[in-house]
Amino acid sequence: MPERIVVPFGPQHPVLPEPIHLDLVLEDETVVEAIPSIGYIHRGLERLIEKREFTEYVYVAERICGICSFMHALCYCQGIEEIMKIEVPDRAKYLRTIWSECSRLHSHLLWLGLFADGMGFENLFMRSWQLRESVLDVLEDTTGGRVIQGTCKVGGVRRDIGAEKLDEMHRALDPFEEQCRELGDIFLNDDTVKYRLQGLGVISKDEAYALGAVGPTARASGVAMDHRETGYAAYGDLGFKPVVETAGDCYARCAVRVKEIYASINLIRQAIDQMPEGPLDVKVKGTPDGEYFSRVEQPRGEVIHYLKGNGSKHLSRARIRTPTLANIPPLVKMLPGAQLADVPVVVLSIDPCISCTER
Amino acid sequence: MAFLKRSPWILHYDASSCNGCDIEVLACLTPLYDVERFGIINTGNPKHADILMITGGINEQNREVVRNIYEQMPEPKVVVAIGVCAATGGIFRECYNIVGGVDKVIPVDVYVPGCAARPEMIIDGVVTALSILEEKRAKMSGAAQMKDDARHAEQAGEST
Amino acid sequence: MTVREEQTIIDVALENLTREVERVHADGYRLVQIGCTDLGGSYEVNYSFDKGYQFKNLRLTIGPEAEVPSISGIYWGAFVYENEMHDLFGIPVTGINIDFKGTFIKTVEKYPFSVTRKGGDSCRNA
Repeated sequence: MPERIVVPFGPQHPVLPEPIHLDLVLEDETVVEAIPSIGYIHRGLERLIEKREFTEYVYVAERICGICSFMHALCYCQGIEEIMKIEVPDRAKYLRTIWSECSRLHSHLLWLGLFADGMGFENLFMRSWQLRESVLDVLEDTTGGRVIQGTCKVGGVRRDIGAEKLDEMHRALDPFEEQCRELGDIFLNDDTVKYRLQGLGVISKDEAYALGAVGPTARASGVAMDHRETGYAAYGDLGFKPVVETAGDCYARCAVRVKEIYASINLIRQAIDQMPEGPLDVKVKGTPDGEYFSRVEQPRGEVIHYLKGNGSKHLSRARIRTPTLANIPPLVKMLPGAQLADVPVVVLSIDPCISCTER
Repeated sequence: MAFLKRSPWILHYDASSCNGCDIEVLACLTPLYDVERFGIINTGNPKHADILMITGGINEQNREVVRNIYEQMPEPKVVVAIGVCAATGGIFRECYNIVGGVDKVIPVDVYVPGCAARPEMIIDGVVTALSILEEKRAKMSGAAQMKDDARHAEQAGEST
Repeated sequence: MTVREEQTIIDVALENLTREVERVHADGYRLVQIGCTDLGGSYEVNYSFDKGYQFKNLRLTIGPEAEVPSISGIYWGAFVYENEMHDLFGIPVTGINIDFKGTFIKTVEKYPFSVTRKGGDSCRNA
């Protein structure tokens, strides 16, 4: 029997922009066990509800994660709105949808880049991030912030997108989609990429479901589960269908994200087409009293904000369960059997967002 | 060494930031901003790095990691704190697990403000860091020169 | 097609927890999360499950000194939430499949959300 050795992976590691630590138990070059340890960026922001009023906590919620910041704010706001029975105006819902999908676009492009970098495909990394900049330009133009937007608030949104800008965005979508398809084509059809990814880190449909996988990690294994199907914000009007793959390997997880980019572009196009006129927000009166599990589909999967108010300005509890935390058990099951050199690719394939996970 | 002075190698570490600044640091390397054309490279190895970029306020578990990385870097080295969290703890300063700015743990030379810091500002911060790096290098070589001179003088004294 | 999301909350007693979770598991629900709330003197633990966007919540109310049995034998992935529960709230969880013994999330202040053990330092899962 080969000797077992333990290789520490992280917390500071070249392919990971964020710290996560794995103890990899190896037999020769093959992983037999992986034990994650987190906590390097635990801040404890759930306790900030004691110091921030419920309307101010949106700013903290945005900064749970700098990549899906808009979605965290959206999830939080929808939770509060549900508790306080606030009906958000339609235009605000559509604007929220557009910004959500822009966030998803920039997050997926970011991930594709990092993933290419993890495979050692530097050129593709640069190309993905180049495309991502055009999404960030739109976000900056419409919200004022590149990565932290600050436009979502309890009761609606803070800014409007003018008709002219909407037109411009709509016109820009076609060439952008073409470029994305060119990029996606490399990820989906290139032989080197396929050779590197197919059959790697496989997780079956039943296993993925039983382990509580969410988002693209679950959908790549054939679990058709996407919270946008519940029709929050404006998704109910836009005819949304989840993207599903069945292979359950790294290639499938990559394919789901590439196809979600195309889907997001389509959703933005439809949202612009159907954009209703009207006010942007409603006045928020009173304080939240009650509880709600607010759920939103982030680029990485389903996020939950459990909010509980006691009728005062400060919530009594906010509990945030982010998609990466739910995807850690599947990751632990994916790694055994992989070669040491493939570990970064497998870890990246769940799109880990550690600052979300640890809050 | 002088010909290397415009091309520092950068090490980035995330000490409990929200990711916003981290991705902006990475964005600096990619085509729109592209600092790599100047030979500024993001390295994963502290022993190759000249500039340490830290994002986020330090938390308790990170403290040792940050100090360890800092100590592994060869002299001269410059630390750039990116974003308000790295400067003071920012929005998270009241969290129970946050120590505060990076300067509570290691000396910081340049502070880049912003939440999240914009790539232009990060590049500005690196340029500022370059001149500090140059100063430190000059000081070091000055000190080395003085040591050398002293040794030479001593040897000269012995021989006569 | 839009599915209307329903949220149900069912109170369970501590001794019935494993049985109830097994029943939910047999019904084909997936584990969404386990979260605690401090009620000032006691805890409320929410075990959330989901099937086809139908949200089911088993709610456990326990005193500050109660021990909770692990459900990681039923849902393998429950260990992340149970370790978190122990590390942040100081609730001892017995029989977790991967027990980090208080090192999953390290904090300066031990058990920052605990009602009685805040700042204490002994691992309660040992």
